[in-house]
Amino acid sequence: MKAYFTELFTGFWSLIVGLKVTLKALFSPIVTTQYPREKIEITPNYRGHIDLLKDPETGTHKCITCGSCMRECPSDCIVIDGEKREGVKGKVLTVFTLDFTKCSLCGACVETCPTGAIDYSNEYELAGRARSDFYYDLIKRMEERQ
Amino acid sequence: METLNSITPELIRIVMAVVGGVVIVFGNALVMGYLERKLAGHFQRRPGPMEVGFHGILQLLIDGVKLMGKQLVVPAQADKKLFMLAPMLSFVPVFLPLLVIPFSDKMQAFDLDVGLLFILAVAAINVLAILVGGWGSNNKYSLFGAFRSVAQNVAYEIPMLISLLAIVFMTNTFSLKGIVEAQNIWFVVLQPVAFLIYLVCMVAETNRAPFDLPEAESELTAGFHTEYSGMGFSLFMMAEYTNMFICCSIATVFFLGGTSGIPLPYFEYTGAIWFVAKVYLLMFFLVWIRWTYPRTRFDQLMNLCWKYLIPFSLVNLLITVVVVKL
Repeated sequence: MKAYFTELFTGFWSLIVGLKVTLKALFSPIVTTQYPREKIEITPNYRGHIDLLKDPETGTHKCITCGSCMRECPSDCIVIDGEKREGVKGKVLTVFTLDFTKCSLCGACVETCPTGAIDYSNEYELAGRARSDFYYDLIKRMEERQ
Repeated sequence: METLNSITPELIRIVMAVVGGVVIVFGNALVMGYLERKLAGHFQRRPGPMEVGFHGILQLLIDGVKLMGKQLVVPAQADKKLFMLAPMLSFVPVFLPLLVIPFSDKMQAFDLDVGLLFILAVAAINVLAILVGGWGSNNKYSLFGAFRSVAQNVAYEIPMLISLLAIVFMTNTFSLKGIVEAQNIWFVVLQPVAFLIYLVCMVAETNRAPFDLPEAESELTAGFHTEYSGMGFSLFMMAEYTNMFICCSIATVFFLGGTSGIPLPYFEYTGAIWFVAKVYLLMFFLVWIRWTYPRTRFDQLMNLCWKYLIPFSLVNLLITVVVVKL
């Protein structure tokens, strides 16, 4: 009989404690972000698809067209090409494309690059209507970027 | 002109009562649907509907249009007659209790001598509708939901009635208006145990969390209305919200003094403001506990009823009778 009433009162008290918890939550500020309207800062460690970095000194990329990223890529999604030009030492990069539909974001290309010309981007809004939306021309992307 | 002359004030009263009933049923479903989702959001520290209109205030209208535009799918193996009958059987009776609820001194369609019995009798049809819907769907989840609903409603009607009976013994009337007039002190002060028991039973009767076993999403997908789409579903939802309104109205009439409050001009009509405010306060409480407590197990549900609510309501009734007799 004693257990019956003890259970009743402890149970009832726990219900009131629960109500207090949710009432406090009701009057607390909201913690979610209204995504398309407001965006939160993304961590610099985020590993999106690769991008050519712009060297602030020369105003262009540091790629020497060695082709190690293309060879290293396990998914064969990078294609680069270069040409010899008059008066320029080494090769000049003419094509750097990434087929992001096949990329597995392993990062081997970034690891292997001898000059540190490529790095992960912070791009995360990656919706497209066609497969061709994910064939990135990284030289063009770099030139368009500020 | 002759037809106009033949319209009696009584007929006008009936028309107004019916129109008022329709307005309450649909308006309450809209307001409660919005409030429920908004409050659910804020209880979980998110904003709730925000896109349609100012702070999502038109969301429920859009949802209504969407539901009306949807096809009513009848499952191939379902009992088509019962399946189509159930939403209507659930929705139609919810108008009737509104006729005897005294919203203010003069805003009451009919003051029945047996108002309470009338409401409880009509409200019980909803159980039948759920059983018909669950059986007619020919779906195991629907059937389980319907069975649970019947067991739960039958069990919880007993303590609900006994706790209300204590009030009836104090006022000597079943008429809702008489009960409101008998309250010099609100009965929640004189009968706190009956009020608590009624609150618990009210949650169970309206099939809401933590007693929402008939439509337990995580166990039975959606219980008895699993197979319903479009208007079939929305009729069930509107019936549920109106049943909440009716149960809260009974609580207001029996325990919270009905229309009593700070006097306003034309109080025989404006008393309805206090009445509706009290009803919506109780509705807020229903939403509040829905987002606080997890769902009970079925044996816990039955234990609570038979081991706690019924003995306590009987003892409460006994004490009330003895005190009234003295």
